[in-house]
Amino acid sequence: METRKNEPVRIGFYVCHCGVNIAHMVDVEAVAKYVATLPNVVVSRNYKYMCSDPGQEMIQTDIREQRLNRVVVAACSPLLHEHTFRGATEAGGLNPFYFQMVNIREHDSWVHTDRLEATRKAMALARAAIQRVPHHKPLEVKKVPINPDVLIVGAGIAGIHAAITMANAGKKVCLVEKEPSIGGHMAMFDKTFPTLDCAMCVLSPKMATVGSHPNITLWTYSEVVKVDGYVGNFKVTVRRKPRYIIEDLCTGCQECVANCVYKEPKFPDAFNLGLGKRKPVYMPFAQAIPSIAIIDPEVCLNFKRGKNPDGSYTVSDKCKKLCVVACGDRKAIDFTQKAVDKEITVGTIIMATGFKTFDPHRTPYYGYGVYPNVYTALELERVINASGPTEGHLVMRNGKEPKRVAIVHCVGSRDENTNRWCSRVCCLYSLKLAHLILEHTDAEVYNFYIDMRTPGKSMEEFYNRVAEEGMHLVRGRVADVYPDPNDTASGRLIVQAEDTLTNRILKIPVDMVVLSVGLEPRPEAEDLRRLFNLSCSSEGWFLERHPKLAPVSTFTDGIFLAGCCQGPKDIPDSVAQAGAAAAEAFSLIDKGYVEQEPNTAFVLAEECSGCKSCIPLCPYTAISFNEETKKAVINEALCKGCGTCVAACPSGSIVQNLFEDQEIFSEIDGVLAPLPQ
Amino acid sequence: MPLALITPNLKPLKPLMFKPKVAFYWCASCGGCEETVVDLAEDILGVVEKVDIVLWPVAMDFKYKDVEAMPDKSILATLLNGAIRSTEQEEMARLLRRKSQYMIAYGACAHLGGIPGLANQFTREHILKFNYEDGPAMANEKKTRPQLVTEENGRTPRLPALTNVVRSLDQVVEVDYYVPGCPPTPKITRAAVTALLENRLPPKGSVIAPDIALCDECPRKATKPANISFREFKRPHQALMDPQKCFLAQGVVCMGPSTLSGCEAACISGGMPCTGCFGPTSRVRDQGLKIMSSLCSNLEPKDEQGISAVLQGIPDPIGTFYRYGLARSLLRRKVNLPTD
Repeated sequence: METRKNEPVRIGFYVCHCGVNIAHMVDVEAVAKYVATLPNVVVSRNYKYMCSDPGQEMIQTDIREQRLNRVVVAACSPLLHEHTFRGATEAGGLNPFYFQMVNIREHDSWVHTDRLEATRKAMALARAAIQRVPHHKPLEVKKVPINPDVLIVGAGIAGIHAAITMANAGKKVCLVEKEPSIGGHMAMFDKTFPTLDCAMCVLSPKMATVGSHPNITLWTYSEVVKVDGYVGNFKVTVRRKPRYIIEDLCTGCQECVANCVYKEPKFPDAFNLGLGKRKPVYMPFAQAIPSIAIIDPEVCLNFKRGKNPDGSYTVSDKCKKLCVVACGDRKAIDFTQKAVDKEITVGTIIMATGFKTFDPHRTPYYGYGVYPNVYTALELERVINASGPTEGHLVMRNGKEPKRVAIVHCVGSRDENTNRWCSRVCCLYSLKLAHLILEHTDAEVYNFYIDMRTPGKSMEEFYNRVAEEGMHLVRGRVADVYPDPNDTASGRLIVQAEDTLTNRILKIPVDMVVLSVGLEPRPEAEDLRRLFNLSCSSEGWFLERHPKLAPVSTFTDGIFLAGCCQGPKDIPDSVAQAGAAAAEAFSLIDKGYVEQEPNTAFVLAEECSGCKSCIPLCPYTAISFNEETKKAVINEALCKGCGTCVAACPSGSIVQNLFEDQEIFSEIDGVLAPLPQ
Repeated sequence: MPLALITPNLKPLKPLMFKPKVAFYWCASCGGCEETVVDLAEDILGVVEKVDIVLWPVAMDFKYKDVEAMPDKSILATLLNGAIRSTEQEEMARLLRRKSQYMIAYGACAHLGGIPGLANQFTREHILKFNYEDGPAMANEKKTRPQLVTEENGRTPRLPALTNVVRSLDQVVEVDYYVPGCPPTPKITRAAVTALLENRLPPKGSVIAPDIALCDECPRKATKPANISFREFKRPHQALMDPQKCFLAQGVVCMGPSTLSGCEAACISGGMPCTGCFGPTSRVRDQGLKIMSSLCSNLEPKDEQGISAVLQGIPDPIGTFYRYGLARSLLRRKVNLPTD
């Protein structure tokens, strides 16, 4: 049933109680009564849950029995249920775009405290919709085919798990990692809570799968530099940075490393956080995937010192190049390699770009970077790791084994001056590290905590178990770390804290201080946000579309989130979220098409003067200039309905479906008109 | 779209039996519009031949009571130029509306409020005080101001009062057609008069000009780049202008993209940018807002400081973007001024 021309407008209006979410602050009956008096309104009802089956059924019955040709629902955010009610409108036999939603929950009942005023606001908002909806036109949802390939950005445990899940189901995955090897933070850990299984034992088989999977194209040492297009059809440019080793020719034998003119490793090793040393040519770590060496042009003798302005390095040819000799016929070393930009087309994207740990230089009272025996938890992971710089022997920078160790929780977390949030994993990894210290040494271990937070399956049990192993648990935030004035020679430190359970100030001498640093958004997250057109929370984590209804989706269709880029979480949760992101991507891909909101803009060809004002403004490059007609043209498939060109067209010759001037002005008139007293 | 008034499919109504009566009237205007009628040159004779001019204060002597005596609707059309600024103008507009079948707003002031509309940035008191007391050329020690009623030598001359704001004609009476321009070009005027006499009138409320922006007929159109981005704005006297190149491409504000065409790009052909006198297209409610939205969207800097620096090049935004259209725009007047 479509509205014929000149057929009188017949509006059905429904106001939802949302249980008490709306009804407690808005007099829904008064709203329904008021709207019943407005022009064109035929039915005006209130109901406890409009989104429920009976609620939707009510709309459909009214459309049929009352011959409605417009529907307005005042309820929650359109983000939540616009789709639901458009569906109900369509099921009743109307074009779904003869529907308009009024948000009286997020915009009204949830944000006001005066019931009378909130009710009046609901009336004004409802009237805006009632005045707008007669101008609605029937629109058609277009179906656009979806490209089945997937881009996954970041190859930590979340990216790896999502990639394997998608690839095993036959999808082609392009996995892009910034570092020379995949593995992320998890590859640096020794053991994992709460099961205490070795991180690498879990991770390395998955890394190897990624490296050899026929459906996964793995691009390490690469970064996404450009993203165009839209869900189903993203055009992504990936910059492959030069590692000066030809990936296809390198066998991972490491003879180049062995034969480098530097006989001893001399340069700080990033994977071991500078605690170990490497040569200019090196393997990132033993189990690195891909198992391909990399040359650091900053220190390799065959390069001139310093970057060129374009970021490249100039070959000096000053080295004897023993590595090239060692590589021999494999010919895998190429000092002239340049960054290469590759363009790929994918239908969906999973962001798994991870986190960074808090930089404890920002809490100078803990002495990190000043006293050599102050470590971050991640550094301790490397020290205690069997494949770390000390091969698992817990010794400090001075080569001595610590006798007493203090672990300071919540460094940079839950603090007005640094980060307000709880990083969720620190209590548990601190307990794990305490356990590992006890396992490796005879040291006495002190855990200084604010609150012991161990939620999650088996986590409290883990806490109880390791707490009985003989560590000291002190409830108190550490105020200060300073050198022991009585023992300046050994580098011993005093940890000062108030034990809030006994109300005593403690000054505990220790050999080693471990800072349990929190998790933070990566510094490049803001750039990525712009690049992929995502939203961020105020802390800088990528924002999910809805915390409960769409926890791995983003506000950009076709882009999903996995792992810590969305917020701090532990490994099980990261993996679970990666699986969920993969499933969401599947459900899009396997449907085969994406439905395109018809709220697109179009140029009135007769009226366009060809002034070109709109052309540079389109964020989706959907507008072009037709040199023959001398007018602008919008590619509807690329238009995302942002409205930028509509607002900027100086002669009003671009129109946007669902946001036509008359619709918007009627809405404004409606919301501003005086209400009955 | 071609001239909206050329609608050959409209069949002419019954032929005119008598010489139709036409009135010209002026309100708050500079007299330029009157000039245009004279600018019709020999065509004016053709017009005079076909019509009976019953009122034309600039050229002929008629009295108020002559008009008042006419039967209602006895004038075919009144072409009224000038904005409505005084009680007398308002009264005349209402009287002529009553006596005329068609009320035609002639020229930018009647159409949009025009240059006098810029006075809506100030209160009436501010204007009177400046002009009779504070103005630099004013020697008025007694601070005498014109009085609405004075007693002198036994007579009581009365003066009309200034209204609170300047209004376009259609903010006072119903208007049937608009002839745009400051002043309307002879071509547009001829087209309007011809349409009227031949009874080929476009839909009521039309502006007698093609409903497309000026760029469409601008001789410099091809020189506007697609990726314009403004680093600075200059006024025409501040730089040596390339006479072939789009003004916007040279960083000079040109109202062309948001202004109706039909003037054949007269100013641009004379080496000056469009200042917007033909008003907005039928699809735009606020010409100034639209051109600002368009120009500002295309500024090169994206940070607040950079944006402010570029906008320094437009010292008088109201005078630039609302030169003719302030009174009839969404802004309309200084905040809190009454609407009459």
